[in-house]
Amino acid sequence: MARVLVGVKRVIDYAVKIRVKPDKTGVVTDGVKHSMNPFDEIAIEEAVRMKEKKLAQEVIAISCGPAQAQETLRTALAMGADRGIHVEISGSEYETLQPIHVSKILAKLAKDEKADLIIVGKQAIDDDCNQTAQMTAGLLDWPAGTFCSKIEHGQGELMITREIDGGLEVIKVKTPAVLSADLRLNEPRYATLPNIMKAKKKPIKKLTPKELNVDTTPRIEIISVEDPPVRQAGSIVPDVDTLVEKLKASGHV
Amino acid sequence: MFVACAKTLRTHSTKFSAFIRLESTLVIAEHNNEILAPITQVTLSAAKKIGGDITVLVAGTKCKPAAEALCKANGINKVLIAENDAFKGFTPESLTPLIIETHKQFNFSHIIAGASAFGKALLPRVAAKLDVSPVSDIINIKSSDTFVRTIYAGNALQTIKVKDGIKVITVRGTAFEQLPLDGGNISTELAPAGDYKSNLVEFVKQELSKSDRPELTSAKVVVSGGRGLKSGENFKLLYALADKLNAAVGASRAAVDAGFVPNDLQVGQTGKIVAPDLYIAVGISGAIQHLAGMKDSKTIVAINKDPEAPIFQVADYGLVADLFKVVPELTEKL
Repeated sequence: MARVLVGVKRVIDYAVKIRVKPDKTGVVTDGVKHSMNPFDEIAIEEAVRMKEKKLAQEVIAISCGPAQAQETLRTALAMGADRGIHVEISGSEYETLQPIHVSKILAKLAKDEKADLIIVGKQAIDDDCNQTAQMTAGLLDWPAGTFCSKIEHGQGELMITREIDGGLEVIKVKTPAVLSADLRLNEPRYATLPNIMKAKKKPIKKLTPKELNVDTTPRIEIISVEDPPVRQAGSIVPDVDTLVEKLKASGHV
Repeated sequence: MFVACAKTLRTHSTKFSAFIRLESTLVIAEHNNEILAPITQVTLSAAKKIGGDITVLVAGTKCKPAAEALCKANGINKVLIAENDAFKGFTPESLTPLIIETHKQFNFSHIIAGASAFGKALLPRVAAKLDVSPVSDIINIKSSDTFVRTIYAGNALQTIKVKDGIKVITVRGTAFEQLPLDGGNISTELAPAGDYKSNLVEFVKQELSKSDRPELTSAKVVVSGGRGLKSGENFKLLYALADKLNAAVGASRAAVDAGFVPNDLQVGQTGKIVAPDLYIAVGISGAIQHLAGMKDSKTIVAINKDPEAPIFQVADYGLVADLFKVVPELTEKL
């Protein structure tokens, strides 16, 4: 039976219309609604389902970030994770934290916790990097099953259906492995009130990157963050004929 | 203008100064053993913008078609071939050691690939092996170490400077022109040999959606449908319109999740990013996540019965009407 690590990130809620800071150093995060990265909810759900099918013995949720990352861990615990690990990183150190740092933390924890499987979301909806699973697998020399839409469990191996550009692809990977969850892997459950209450009693261990011997020196300097160019307002056409006329006039048809 | 001048200056100065390292870029070609993927030509344009030597690596079980096409490209210095059964399914576990070996031999300043499913799966693993922080999905190159990319579903542009010595980058397929495959004439060379077979992963099969229509990410016209289509059957209306326009067909996440169309048609933050000349959104409300995948289209047309739908805020031409009535009418009148 496997021990599964799941990486969860606290991000600005997907429905929020973000605002760029006037000094162009980043986006406004203070007082803005945050929640668990949607792909990470899918990752947790998959791990919890493994536990329910008795394929996993323990599910450990990990989050790197400031104190509020604990709320995200509590959500993971309420969904069914057994315990949490909070790697505390805040202030400017958090602002320049990159997938390479998170991957090193996950790789170290995978060894410390003797994990058999790491599941993360395919990308975080804030930095849109899509790197952490691939890098963690590289650091551990484990195979990666990226953009998973189906995971079938075999003896010491997993049969994975991946979402690729032209359709789907099936690969077989040996465990231990790192997987990244795509949108269609599953439908995450809602945490029920009794489970939210129970989650409060589940343990969260606090660590620092230093304790894990991970150097978080930024490798990338953010020069500026700006608004994208605004599109010129268009017009509403009254009927199909006008639309066809407009498209012909602009040389599109 | 200033950037162009500065760049010329820098390119010239490299010839004379020992202090500035000459850039040399390794482009990882994407192909399917039969043809070169168009995104590789986009990546080559980005490589040219970086400046310096360009080497292209073609790895696969059959490299000849892609390599022959690349040898004709203008401005490539070297095409390396690694033909081996180990690369069946183009798994990152087998390709990464090949790329590392190639890098050891030639010492590149940049390793780049297209930001497709292939490039996204592969390059971060390479970066981890090199202990450098990769850069995903760039849309512009300001200098050899400064790049522009989007964050928050395309709602902010981030300019970043990479401090690592080797820059590992994926390039957005719609952000640069395709480098034409003519004007050049070089012969291929062999990539470093090695035992690249990985016992960690085994490629089993692919199930690709077959279509006669143009490929979504490179089509000049895209017709996309959303939840408003109500069923997969009704997508026929869009296929008829698309055929009239020689367009590719796309979809919103809602349409994919509802099972109307396969997932590889999804346009958006987590699906494909397209920037055609004409994008026609039918029955799509225009959620942030969808706009992320199409708002760089030259002209956007929205057909939706809800006048409050956010899609109208980005559309050049909007038609507030029942799609079941106006789409057939539009198809007929074109």
